[in-house]
Amino acid sequence: MLTGGQILIECLKEEGVDTIFGYPGGAVLPIYDALYDADIRHILTRHEQGAAHAADGYARATGRVGVCLATSGPGATNLVTGIANAYMDSVPLVALTGQVPTGLLGKDSFQEADITGITMPITKHNYLVKDVADLPQIIKNAFHIAQTGRPGPVLIDLPRDVTASQAEYRKAKAPNLRSYKPVMAGARSQILKAVKLIAKAQRPVIYAGGGVVNSGGHEELRQLAEMLMAPVTTTLMGLGAFPGDHPLSLGMLGMHGARYANYAVYESDLLIAVGVRFDDRVTGKIESFAPEAKIIHIDIDAAEIGKNVPVDVPITGDVKTVLKQILKELKAHPNEAWKEKIEVWKKEYPLEYDTNNGLRPQAVIREIYHATKGKARVTTEVGQNQMWAAQYYTVTRPRSFITSGGLGTMGFGFPAAIGVQVGCPDEVVFDIAGDGSIQMNIQELATAVTYELPVNVAILNNGYLGMVRQWQELFYNRRYSYTELHNPDFVKIAEAYGAEGIRVENKADIRPALDQAIASSKPVLIDFIIEREENVMPMVPPGEAINKMLG
Amino acid sequence: MKSTLSVLVENHPGVLARVAGLFSRRGFNIDSLAVSTTDNPTISRMTIVVDGDEAVVEQVAKQLRKLVCVTKVLDITNEPHVERELVLIKVNADAQARGEIMQIADIFRAKIVDVGRRTLIIEVTGDKGKIDAIETALKPYGIKEMVRTGQIALVRGSRTAIINSKED
Repeated sequence: MLTGGQILIECLKEEGVDTIFGYPGGAVLPIYDALYDADIRHILTRHEQGAAHAADGYARATGRVGVCLATSGPGATNLVTGIANAYMDSVPLVALTGQVPTGLLGKDSFQEADITGITMPITKHNYLVKDVADLPQIIKNAFHIAQTGRPGPVLIDLPRDVTASQAEYRKAKAPNLRSYKPVMAGARSQILKAVKLIAKAQRPVIYAGGGVVNSGGHEELRQLAEMLMAPVTTTLMGLGAFPGDHPLSLGMLGMHGARYANYAVYESDLLIAVGVRFDDRVTGKIESFAPEAKIIHIDIDAAEIGKNVPVDVPITGDVKTVLKQILKELKAHPNEAWKEKIEVWKKEYPLEYDTNNGLRPQAVIREIYHATKGKARVTTEVGQNQMWAAQYYTVTRPRSFITSGGLGTMGFGFPAAIGVQVGCPDEVVFDIAGDGSIQMNIQELATAVTYELPVNVAILNNGYLGMVRQWQELFYNRRYSYTELHNPDFVKIAEAYGAEGIRVENKADIRPALDQAIASSKPVLIDFIIEREENVMPMVPPGEAINKMLG
Repeated sequence: MKSTLSVLVENHPGVLARVAGLFSRRGFNIDSLAVSTTDNPTISRMTIVVDGDEAVVEQVAKQLRKLVCVTKVLDITNEPHVERELVLIKVNADAQARGEIMQIADIFRAKIVDVGRRTLIIEVTGDKGKIDAIETALKPYGIKEMVRTGQIALVRGSRTAIINSKED
């Protein structure tokens, strides 16, 4: 006989879980008791939100399911932002929450929250376990749901009497989900239609997103691009799905995309949309997004196809599988003239910034790129720091640019970096942060120090909530309403936690600080005092067509 | 435009909340929703009447299919099908009006299921057109209360919704 808590641990090991990010509390005492001598690593964060984001970062970097654990009530609700974040970005996550004993459910008991109700719209699925005998099958199903099809978070709510009670452990053999069957291969008729359209196209553009990363279809994507000589632009989530230093790469498109990327999409006659969802930050004014183009849309989630734009050839299926199917039918069809036109745009409208005066955030990002030889795992916070990172850190491989795309969660980057470092212990990890965002989960410095995780944080410190300030400057007549921040001394904070802190105020000091951080075995926080009113450019004003860019 | 979706779901607690939540969150309009178990006790059928154009209904169906607890979604609007709704109407009926009301009930093949001192309760079954018609006919007498089950529907002929498939 085992306790429910011990059965849970056995089931997690069965799923190959080696690490859990969590925070204890009353309702999860039986689980923590089982964890005490289990051979699963538990990382104690300083806030449940940190645990959720760390599990998310771990999942994105490794491609495996991230697991976080919190107690009932406030513990569970503190996970909510992290779960919503994982849901919006399709990250495989299993969130375990404690719950009051089944007999006290629905009675507004101490630390009771209806977390399955609360998370219904932000999970792929969730479970409330009412009988310990159901536990193995539910865990099996949860992991299956989280990582197959379009990945996403699954929450399992565990009442304390369920994890405390004794039962025989019966292994669940396979998921038993008759209603859940993701489609992997694309319909052959659709593949042939796509191939026909591709053969006719003269100005094709590949628009690739996070679905390519999730499916592991980056190699197939590269082959497709090279066969057609088609330029590839990626979404924020798709950075790394195509090598950023490849001659066919256009970098990111959309609101803060490169001019040449947006121009290419605007003038294309065929848009091959791969693992993307036509998000408003990408399309701008939807009627003016690729107005001349036929659209092929490949996605594993049928509901994404035709959701925001009408599509000529919809293909529901796993990106990697479908791309393989297309490649098998396709003949090389290089579009030289188109490639040349794009080369001209690239020369005429490069991404550029003022390199002369002051400490520019873009220069910091470029230096991080050079100092890490482009091999770092980068996480970002949200706002200007995120967009500069996306524009100026050339991402060359999948799963190495980890950012909160859909939800736009400030405070994501640092705990995510901790999860990434746990998953990739031998790699250099950088969180590119702003002075606002970092303070949303700065307490996780204690976690990084405790577990000796040499995460590096580059704060681009302008004393503002920079992106909001930028919008106030551009669209609200410079009325900087509550966007100026009076910050603590970040170097001292780092030191107080037992991490290293470095302040950089001059261009010349960027590289030495970065080299010192990379060499250090401690977590290092670098406070870059940047030009205060630097803007992220170019920019498509909200609601405007993507070829109408400012800056 | 109204469309009728026939949806098979796992008979689990919380499934109705998931479906209802989906509609409210995505701003879809439910005209009516009827749910109960099928001959298979592990499966329930929801008949959902949705208001929206073709693109909206397609998106509704796709979002429903995404729910792990949804087994099958069929848009039966354009298929030959039988649809029925049951309605109870409590109508004012003093001695004078009673005879006329009973005649109206007769015409619609409705039943009088309760006789009060000043009211009658009428039970009527039919499609939307018939229900609307009897409602109009009874309105002048004063409808005190009314309850409708919401529409249920089945496709005509031997075609059935097969439980193990999510594809149409």
